[in-house]
Amino acid sequence: MGERLVQAEHLQQFFPAGGMGKNKKVVKAVDDVSFYINRQETLGLVGESGCGKTTTGRTLLRLYEPTQGRIIYDGNVLFDSGDVPLCGEDGSPLLNEDGTPEMGAKTAVKMLPYRRRMQIVFQDPYASLDPRMTVGDIVGEAIDIHHLASSPKDRYDRIIQMLERVGLNSEHANRYPHEFSGGQRQRVGIARALAVNPEFIVCDEPISALDVSIQAQVVNMFEDLQNEMGLTYLFIAHDLSVVKHISNRIGVMYLGKLVELAESYELTFHCVHPYTKSLISAIPVADPKKARASKRIVLQGDVPSPLNPPSGCRFRTRCPYADEQCAAEEPVWKEVSPGHFAACHHLDRVV
Amino acid sequence: MSEKYLVSIEHERLSFFTPVGEVKALNDVSLYVKEGEVLGIVGESGSGKSVTSYSLMGLTAYPGRIIGGDLYFNGHHINEMSEKQMRKIRGNEIAIIFQDPMTSLNPVYTIGNQIREVIMLHTGKNKNEANERAAELLRLVGINEPEKRLKQYPHELSGGMRQRVMIAIALACEPKLLIADEPTTALDVTIQAQILELMTELKKKLGMAIIMITHDLGIVANMCDNIAVMYAGRIVESGSTDEIFYQPSHEYTKGLLQSIPHLNVKEHERLVPIEGTPVDMLNPPAGCPFAPRCKACMKICLREMPPMTVLSDTHYTKCWLMQKKESEGADA
Repeated sequence: MGERLVQAEHLQQFFPAGGMGKNKKVVKAVDDVSFYINRQETLGLVGESGCGKTTTGRTLLRLYEPTQGRIIYDGNVLFDSGDVPLCGEDGSPLLNEDGTPEMGAKTAVKMLPYRRRMQIVFQDPYASLDPRMTVGDIVGEAIDIHHLASSPKDRYDRIIQMLERVGLNSEHANRYPHEFSGGQRQRVGIARALAVNPEFIVCDEPISALDVSIQAQVVNMFEDLQNEMGLTYLFIAHDLSVVKHISNRIGVMYLGKLVELAESYELTFHCVHPYTKSLISAIPVADPKKARASKRIVLQGDVPSPLNPPSGCRFRTRCPYADEQCAAEEPVWKEVSPGHFAACHHLDRVV
Repeated sequence: MSEKYLVSIEHERLSFFTPVGEVKALNDVSLYVKEGEVLGIVGESGSGKSVTSYSLMGLTAYPGRIIGGDLYFNGHHINEMSEKQMRKIRGNEIAIIFQDPMTSLNPVYTIGNQIREVIMLHTGKNKNEANERAAELLRLVGINEPEKRLKQYPHELSGGMRQRVMIAIALACEPKLLIADEPTTALDVTIQAQILELMTELKKKLGMAIIMITHDLGIVANMCDNIAVMYAGRIVESGSTDEIFYQPSHEYTKGLLQSIPHLNVKEHERLVPIEGTPVDMLNPPAGCPFAPRCKACMKICLREMPPMTVLSDTHYTKCWLMQKKESEGADA
């Protein structure tokens, strides 16, 4: 613990959305997001659909080339767009002799060696497995790409070992994905990610397509694997109660921006951002007596389009505390208590 | 029996006759709903919760057929009604909201057109009157500028808006019963909270009964008066919301309640999952369908389906364990 494994600095990911010349439109899917993940830690990322949490995860692995920003993995810079200021240990920007902030060197390394160390588990186990490959080959493909097996026997043994590790057995290796239930398929997807012995796994909504009674099985498996193999997770989901259960720290996203980040206990009990507050209160509590007693904050309106986000604070159109300042200035990302960050103008007024 | 309740489904059995064999989707399902009451049906996918409520509307899809039991709704005997008679009730006295508002609205007709269709069919109003009523309904479900919205197409609205339109269509004829089939599963949490609040408010205002189909225990805890827990085409436990949450008696219900993480616990607790996989409905086990996954499985569970154990006026379960406890209690 304590050592930073993955770091994202001022990460931006814009997608073209039609239009030419002056009218060119972009969707700011991820806009200036910075965070780090310590070794053997789980960072949860929550938010509504379209807030950019999946894009953040994929950009971090450079499955999408970032528009701007810097990605550092285990001390090595994987990507640097060359126009993002470098920061010192304490987070303050490093300055050149003439007082301008020092920029990083433009970098984009070859990812193949890092792909072995960084893996992803996808949301939909029905769509992310090739229906024409056997489960053994799906798991074995990554082993082939990285030349990890010394002989066909070694390759086979590794595949079986992975399948057993996720609770499947050797006879499953020759079957096709359609012969499995949703929960089992997700296990295959996890076995595929584990096959190359990675250190870091992006879990992109790995349980939301599963039945309730199966979800707990898979969540427990993620925890066991982390303890056994010393894995680091970025756990993306929209279900805050699951994220809180599995994560050490949680980041909340809204329309491409991080709005709050804190230890999971701190975030669920002492959140300061009005969006996080409403998100927590919107979750139906599975306890009838508490449900009757509690009063929900129901947000008005819908999430604005990311093509045309509101000026200033992006949450202001739905925020009960919004005023002129929120429309004019974008709130600054600041530390409210040790390890607890939030971006809001009215932290003192939010109750 | 049937006069007291708005809906009474008695010992319904329904099968799908597929090329690979008979799938017994519903096995001896009995449900009762009083006027103005909210019943939650909870279960995993494939447990038969949607099939039960669709059959009440006469919407059983081919190759499914009701092969036993009686369904009564508001004095009508649903089994014996013709399609023509069903059509008068459907959309008029019973209405339904589907899970996915993206696919259940017709993309080539305007919102107004789709709401008017129901009103004109059931009330005989002309187009202008129907239009007024449609605007009034949109206002009721909390949509601003209804006149403008009526001229828009479904793709111009967000998911939450579309679900509001679906609710407006369902409420067009002030139904006695609203079936909500996972109405918020496709929506985000903050939008889900809006829709649930709207439904609670409308229920108070219009006094209709609701059958709420969901797999989210949080939603039933917030919305429902009574709960039926389904597993593999059977109701394994049924009772008032408090009874199900605070005195669960079937091992499956207990398992469900334990397997969900709670937001308001301080310490990290390990989840207790229900092991195994859901039942293959083509080859269901001989005894209790939950027996292969049950922690407290006994020999008899694998052989015979447990009978009903009545725990209170509203609470019953089907589990050998409870049956055993009861008979021991009687002996002592």
